[in-house]
Amino acid sequence: MRAVDQAKNAEAFLEDNVREERLDKLLWGMRLRRDDAARQVPEWEELRNLASEIKEHTLSNLSHYLIEFEAKATANGVHVHWARDAHEHNQIVHDLLAEQNISALVKAKSMLTEECELRPFLETRNIKVYETDLGERIQQLDDQPPGHIVVPSIHKTQKDVANLFAKNYGSDPNNEDPAYLAGVMRENTRQHILEAHAGMTGGNFLVAETGAVVVATNEGNAELSAHTPQLHIVSVGIEKLVPTTESLAVFVRLLTRSATGEAITQYTSTFRAARKGSVMHIILVDNGRSYRLGLERFWHSLKCIRCSACINTCPVYRRSGGLSYGSTYMGPIGIIMMPTFNVRKFSELPFASTLNGSCTNVCPVKIDIHEQIYGWREVMEEKGQIQVVKKQAMKVADKVLSSPTLYQIATASVSTALDVLPHFAIYNRLNAWGKHRDVPEAASETFHEWYKNHRLKANEVLGL
Amino acid sequence: MSYDNQARNAVLAAVQANQPSSLPMPKIPRSSPTPSADLVENFGKGLTRMAGSIISETIPDLDKFIRGRFPDAKVICSTVPECTGTIRPEDLTQWSGAANIDVSVVRTPLGVAETGSVLLSDLELRVNTIAFLSHDIVVLLDPRHIVPNIHDAYEHPHFATRPYCVLMTGPSGSADIGGITVHPAQGVKTLTVILKAEQQTN
Repeated sequence: MRAVDQAKNAEAFLEDNVREERLDKLLWGMRLRRDDAARQVPEWEELRNLASEIKEHTLSNLSHYLIEFEAKATANGVHVHWARDAHEHNQIVHDLLAEQNISALVKAKSMLTEECELRPFLETRNIKVYETDLGERIQQLDDQPPGHIVVPSIHKTQKDVANLFAKNYGSDPNNEDPAYLAGVMRENTRQHILEAHAGMTGGNFLVAETGAVVVATNEGNAELSAHTPQLHIVSVGIEKLVPTTESLAVFVRLLTRSATGEAITQYTSTFRAARKGSVMHIILVDNGRSYRLGLERFWHSLKCIRCSACINTCPVYRRSGGLSYGSTYMGPIGIIMMPTFNVRKFSELPFASTLNGSCTNVCPVKIDIHEQIYGWREVMEEKGQIQVVKKQAMKVADKVLSSPTLYQIATASVSTALDVLPHFAIYNRLNAWGKHRDVPEAASETFHEWYKNHRLKANEVLGL
Repeated sequence: MSYDNQARNAVLAAVQANQPSSLPMPKIPRSSPTPSADLVENFGKGLTRMAGSIISETIPDLDKFIRGRFPDAKVICSTVPECTGTIRPEDLTQWSGAANIDVSVVRTPLGVAETGSVLLSDLELRVNTIAFLSHDIVVLLDPRHIVPNIHDAYEHPHFATRPYCVLMTGPSGSADIGGITVHPAQGVKTLTVILKAEQQTN
């Protein structure tokens, strides 16, 4: 199996400056709104610590909490299923539908069902799937996976969507007004929701003490998909547990603020039991999670609450788009999750990072993302999965970074070198990162030089 | 399904074998109380930020108010004694029938100042879809039932006892096209919260 070449995949996206600039601006806007939201909560850092500790406690006692959740959900009249892998998960969903001769499913957004490739599984077995989240439906109509875990079609322009809807729904291709386009989708989807005999949602959190599934949406589509038909199927990863409703509050306060900068989503729903006359099934899915739990260096990635803050802040993601990762999860969190699914296929992903640490700084559950990215690079080297070009560059970097003298010489020489080196020397194929990226103008003096010239003098003046 | 038990035992065994040594559960501190005078104001700010509307003035005749605010509404589904409306949730033969409702009128047992959210459960809604399939929703909130934050909200007994609960904050919305937020997406077009003390507690 060939490794996904993220840098190469990003080339097409980078050719179009408009799209690149647009995505960068939109996502950086999300990051800034997240910062504002965080600033308005004085206990923000305390919440992050709590969230991290609650998740670490839950994951280190996961078998206990899974059993507690199962017992509570079962007592609530909910049917609990277990799936070792994607195929088992898909088969359970299919069987639940086939048992009742159901041939259409309305579905809310769930990254887990993307991970399991549920849609193609059902569609090849003659079950129609209607995504009810606007962005997810856009991606479904365009036969593309989500480009972002929270806003799946963010890489598309309004014109793209207008054209797509014109082709599929017969709407006006020249009307790019998002309100008009959302209305087109609403009218089309509503009929499917009203006629469906089964609905499906994911789950943001599972509460062990009550057996409840918590789902956060802005559109209300998860609620419509869950309540309107008489069969509600929930697909959820085993790592989504929290012990109590009291601890759930910590995560609800962090989730949306970290994602879009709002205090909460329009709808934060708690499904504990089915209504009279309807049935609720929950499928607890492992699909590699128990394996990841045993990786001493990487199990913390299971704390992730899928807020996308790390994605929005990542300079590589913002300039290359989610589809370039060739994976279900993208950006920094994708980089540290995907190799656990397939180390060969995703061997290049850990290099789609500048290791600037911004992802770690914004993570609401304090996953050491950039350190894990570096850790995965080491794993790839150990496993012989690194391309020659990157290997050479890493060796040089390693040598320079481990010697203060060499580092100072190297950084001092950057501005001089950039002045004299011809373009091809900077953007040659041995510089994997130079491709499609303009090298910023180097500062006229390094930090060390500046410190020597300014701060030392200032200290002298102050008599320090 | 026969493979369920096999899968269950395999997943639990793998988790048991791989989970790290037990780490302690932190104590979740109670948040500092916010002066009660701020609660209504903060609730209103949170709600309007999410495109919901808040009505603070006294509404003596709720039916008249709703007819005035939604002049084209034909089907008004009320679950509260303060409003007669045209139907009750019990009149719906199917839950999908809520799609024909123009305005739903319900009372919330709880508002959250931190976010501008209202709590609704199957107890208040009776038919859950009236909160999502109807075109507009009007929610009555007793200002004395506003709590400071989400920690307080999740102490409400509904979360442990009701089959379904939702913290609703503004009408349905989406920013999936061009990053521009529009209302509605799939759910209600407007959410209006009316501050109104509960009749029996007057």
